[in-house]
Amino acid sequence: MLQHYGPQLVNLLAAVLLLLSFAMLAQRRILSLINLYAAQGCVLFLSTALVAWLTGQNHLYGSAALTLALKVIALPWILHRLIRRLNVKWDVETLINIPATMLVGIVLVILAFNLALPISQLAGTVTRSTFGIALASVLLSFLMMITRSKAVPQVIGFLAMENGLFFAATGAVYGMPMVIEFGVALDVLVGALILGIFVFRIRERFDSVDTRHLEKLKER
Amino acid sequence: MAPEIALLLASPLAGGLALALFGHRDRAAELNIAFSLLTFVAAAALVARVGAEGPLLAARAQFFVDSLNVFLVALTAFVSLTTALFSAPYMRVERDKGRVSPGGLRLYHSMYQLFSLAMLVVLTTNNLGVMWVAMEAATLTTVLLVALYRTHESLEAAWKYFILCGVGIAQALLGTILVYFAAEKILGAGVGSLLWTQLDAVKGQLEPTVMSIAFVFLLVGYGTKVGLVPLHNWLPDAHAEGPTPISAVLSGLLLNVALYALIRFKVITDGALERPFASALLMGFGLVSVVVAAFFLSRQRDVKRMFAYSSIEHMGLITFAFGMGGPVASFAGLLHMTVHSLTKSAIFFAVGHAAQQTGTQVMAEIRGLIRVNPTVGWGLMLGTAAILGMPPFGVFASEFLILTTAIALQPWATPILLVSLGIAFAAIFGKVQPMVFGDTSAGRLPHPPALVPVFTHLALVLSLGLYMPPYLADWYRQAARLIG
Repeated sequence: MLQHYGPQLVNLLAAVLLLLSFAMLAQRRILSLINLYAAQGCVLFLSTALVAWLTGQNHLYGSAALTLALKVIALPWILHRLIRRLNVKWDVETLINIPATMLVGIVLVILAFNLALPISQLAGTVTRSTFGIALASVLLSFLMMITRSKAVPQVIGFLAMENGLFFAATGAVYGMPMVIEFGVALDVLVGALILGIFVFRIRERFDSVDTRHLEKLKER
Repeated sequence: MAPEIALLLASPLAGGLALALFGHRDRAAELNIAFSLLTFVAAAALVARVGAEGPLLAARAQFFVDSLNVFLVALTAFVSLTTALFSAPYMRVERDKGRVSPGGLRLYHSMYQLFSLAMLVVLTTNNLGVMWVAMEAATLTTVLLVALYRTHESLEAAWKYFILCGVGIAQALLGTILVYFAAEKILGAGVGSLLWTQLDAVKGQLEPTVMSIAFVFLLVGYGTKVGLVPLHNWLPDAHAEGPTPISAVLSGLLLNVALYALIRFKVITDGALERPFASALLMGFGLVSVVVAAFFLSRQRDVKRMFAYSSIEHMGLITFAFGMGGPVASFAGLLHMTVHSLTKSAIFFAVGHAAQQTGTQVMAEIRGLIRVNPTVGWGLMLGTAAILGMPPFGVFASEFLILTTAIALQPWATPILLVSLGIAFAAIFGKVQPMVFGDTSAGRLPHPPALVPVFTHLALVLSLGLYMPPYLADWYRQAARLIG
């Protein structure tokens, strides 16, 4: 029964992932943004575990566990601590023109689907149709990084981009070899910690975590 | 596991750990030099072995060293060593001035070693996934160093460096996933499909569409780290605001290492595609970088920023050379990688001392170096002459080869290159000349500057321009054949 509905369930989870990416694009509260990121990690964990079970690719259970530990527990915890210590928990960012951003997002999704088409046709995986969604969520996270001016949302955009890449790897090739996934996870974790240190230094210097202060270095 | 590779990687790792504990002590700089020296010895042993026995696969094919990367390993270990020599008096002066805290110094020394480790892993690994992980690690180790002084500008530079390179390297990961996707069809799932040697063996059967999309992502990703225009925005800031030894290794080594990664992928992509797709892209990005950087040079006021733009220009030239391909152009590209790395780091050493002497990096305020300290003045002047491609320095030889090949293969590009090089010449020479010869009232440095590295590098560049030993020429020729 589940064997039959499995691939469709994976597609459903992919759709949820894409919706979450759009939600992050429009979310103004930093706290909710972190929760959305954790939810995205959760979807990623479920879909990876499901694909592992459907295909019998045992190493994917490892990836799923890694996702759970890193993206659902560790990173959101670090981010929560960060905003608590920075005292920006209830900060609301003023985003200009959310509808326009959403429209650009839709264009990006179409672009991603077109780009993914030749690749998903070649893929032999049951999850091949999710590759386009993965690519779309990478591009949406990228868009989010561009449109934000505060440091913490930029970091979350960066992390969400890595989520999209991870999903792309699961969709196209049932995940990269385990060694590489560990390496990537380590880099992401260290990167997030360094960014955390950074955000503090930025605030120490400017009394704010708005990266709009960082516009001194320009070509004159 | 080959003992040479084990030592090559173990030495900077041990150095990074030891200096994380003792990096703030008075003798930490010497410890840093000692570890770098050990790494250099291992690199020399590796060169000797690969020279005698040919390409080397180690640790169940996880490491691969052939004539293409062994010379970069040697160059990286050598410049790391000379930069460590330069860094010792430089960082002492910074500490005495109170710009770096003991904790900062510990971080600096430890990260310096880990940065060398990351670069050496990128160079020696056979696994394209590990290559990505190590490349990202190289960014992570240097990002805090760029912000070492905690000034407004350095924080901004480091943030930009992190975000831009982070986004860039994410594209490279997507490219790597796509390469794995193409390889998995032929080699099956598992680590084997990410090994460069395996991919190289089956490159003719890889799916061309996937490989071309993958190469675009890889070019954008690793190209950001090479500093190719329009992905270069982080580079001048990171070079100008970090400590000078870091500018020297970023410019002299990291850019080369990122370009090396790109070349490895170019070889596979060329094999998979019948048409010169990768070559055209590399030529285009290279040429744009040369032109844009040349025009930005004359607008600079900060000396380190100006030489950072000069690095973009030279990396563009090298990328263009590899894009043209063929035995002569690839040979010239490899030679230019070597001489640029040596010359540019020598210039940064001289500039570092000059900036410490005068207390500023603004070119208009640095005057009369030749009176205060003739050796620093001459070092900067000769280095500038070398980087501008004056004969008899080695840069002249490689630029001459690139230009003459361009006349034969891509005649349309030749005038563009010549004009850009001319503009760059006028801009840099016009600014460095008054810095060296002019009136000044600056005092002497409290610690004697380390000038051995400057003149060792310049002597090497000079000797490469005058006479290239036959074994070295053979070596470059072999490596050029691999690139195609």
